[in-house]
Amino acid sequence: MSRVAIIGVGQSEFVRAYPGSVRELAFEGFKDAMRDARLTAKDIQASIICSAPEYDKQRSPAGVFAEYLGLNPQPTFYVESLCSSSSMGLRLAYSLVKSGLHEVVAVIGFQKMSEISSAESQERMGRGADIQWESPFGTMMPAYYAMYARAHMAAYGTTLEDLALIRVKASTYGPLNDKAVYRKPVTLENLSNPEDRMAGPVASPLRVGDCCANADGSSCVIVASEAKAKTFCQKPVWILGLGAATTSVNLAGRDLFTGLTVAREASRQAYQMAGVGPRDIDVAEVHDCFTIAEMMAYEDLGFAKPGEGRDLIRSRATYKDGSIPVNVDGGLLSKGHPIGATGGSQIRTIVLQLRAEAGAIQVKDPEIGLVHNIGGVGLYGNVSIFGR
Amino acid sequence: MAEKAKSDERFKKFGTVSFTSLTKTNDFVDFLEKGQIAGTRCKDCGRIFFPPRADCFQCLDSHMEWYEVTGNGKLVSFSKLEYGPAGFQADVPYCIALLDYGPFKVFGRIGKEVPEADIAVGMPMKTIANRLPNGQLNYVFVKA
Repeated sequence: MSRVAIIGVGQSEFVRAYPGSVRELAFEGFKDAMRDARLTAKDIQASIICSAPEYDKQRSPAGVFAEYLGLNPQPTFYVESLCSSSSMGLRLAYSLVKSGLHEVVAVIGFQKMSEISSAESQERMGRGADIQWESPFGTMMPAYYAMYARAHMAAYGTTLEDLALIRVKASTYGPLNDKAVYRKPVTLENLSNPEDRMAGPVASPLRVGDCCANADGSSCVIVASEAKAKTFCQKPVWILGLGAATTSVNLAGRDLFTGLTVAREASRQAYQMAGVGPRDIDVAEVHDCFTIAEMMAYEDLGFAKPGEGRDLIRSRATYKDGSIPVNVDGGLLSKGHPIGATGGSQIRTIVLQLRAEAGAIQVKDPEIGLVHNIGGVGLYGNVSIFGR
Repeated sequence: MAEKAKSDERFKKFGTVSFTSLTKTNDFVDFLEKGQIAGTRCKDCGRIFFPPRADCFQCLDSHMEWYEVTGNGKLVSFSKLEYGPAGFQADVPYCIALLDYGPFKVFGRIGKEVPEADIAVGMPMKTIANRLPNGQLNYVFVKA
């Protein structure tokens, strides 16, 4: 069986408000990946455009981007699974290449969240949940994850300080990432001092510092067949395992509130396909839209047993020099979270790590990396495993 | 010309802001008006649903009957919102929560009259119908 590779990765800078249109934003990530892969538009046989809808006026952005990026007349289409859209795009690109239908496919993620107000954005995101039976109560993403945090604390004794330690780790690396929207250091004191903005309440028990920021950004991952990868690329990174899962949108339909079943199922699939286990992972990017999300990811991915995620952060095992480095690019907490672009940015970090091109955040000699990307409140889960 | 059928928009009354105008479970709102919380049960396989649904994916049929949510559930988790999404700002602060009744769970809000200090994961609560200040209907959880 021939393998499928990633031969180019790129992203825009993630910013609070991008000073341009969505097609111009998409160009930034695309340009970065195409230069990385040393390709021209004629080499791209199909493109997959990934975002969450309703943040901008442009309907069906795929066709608009394909023209703007010089990809006509090759086919293009749109993929959406909320915050994991570009990991779902990668899954689709893999299948297109594996089937032999196309040899080189570009997965382009983008989101321009600044076109609407923060309250409107929360309303849009709240409608990524069950609009018939939950949204009429005034739900929003931080409050859903806060319910998981409260349940995790009640079940395992996880503390607010444990969650704050995850933000402190993120902000250790955010200042080193020139693509990140938030590059200031954050200390434990920032999250424990009631006068500090970082300690301000959002949705109890989560505070401002527990939440990532909305951002504008784009990302691009170029996927190729083994033959094309060997032609075009000195250091291809191979897709070893892909997992994807879903669950009930309404919390009333779920049984687990101390972890995400989609992450557990998607990682089971990805580990099985790759023929590896949690101990084989040398570097990971996890979906830390909130601090509690990273804590649950440690446990859902098998890096720690359920309830023992806090030991990993307390012992600094998930720092760059620890036994399982996680989000050493600053994570969503530092980079910001332009929904459709996030998965591609996570994949970019892992690819750069496996190519030993990650600069100041380079982990020592990693062979296998993992990306955990969640859509909605654990509605969609994608786990992808890569090797050099 | 035949007169256009009047659409059944009862569900627009559910919640501070309803995002659904028409559903086959519109009767849920009539139960709320009567002070009842209702789910549906498949008459063929007996599977129970909350929130209610019109169709059974197991039987691939739509033979549903209503049942009333009674008794106490156990509080699974909750969160107090200090900011509300667009359309809900006038309601803050409020707590969203999940109650576990065993065979089903109910997602909703905790009643304003329940002091936050009294709320704890695992406590028994019951679900009651509630009329909002803007005239809309929802249900809330109160101490058992």
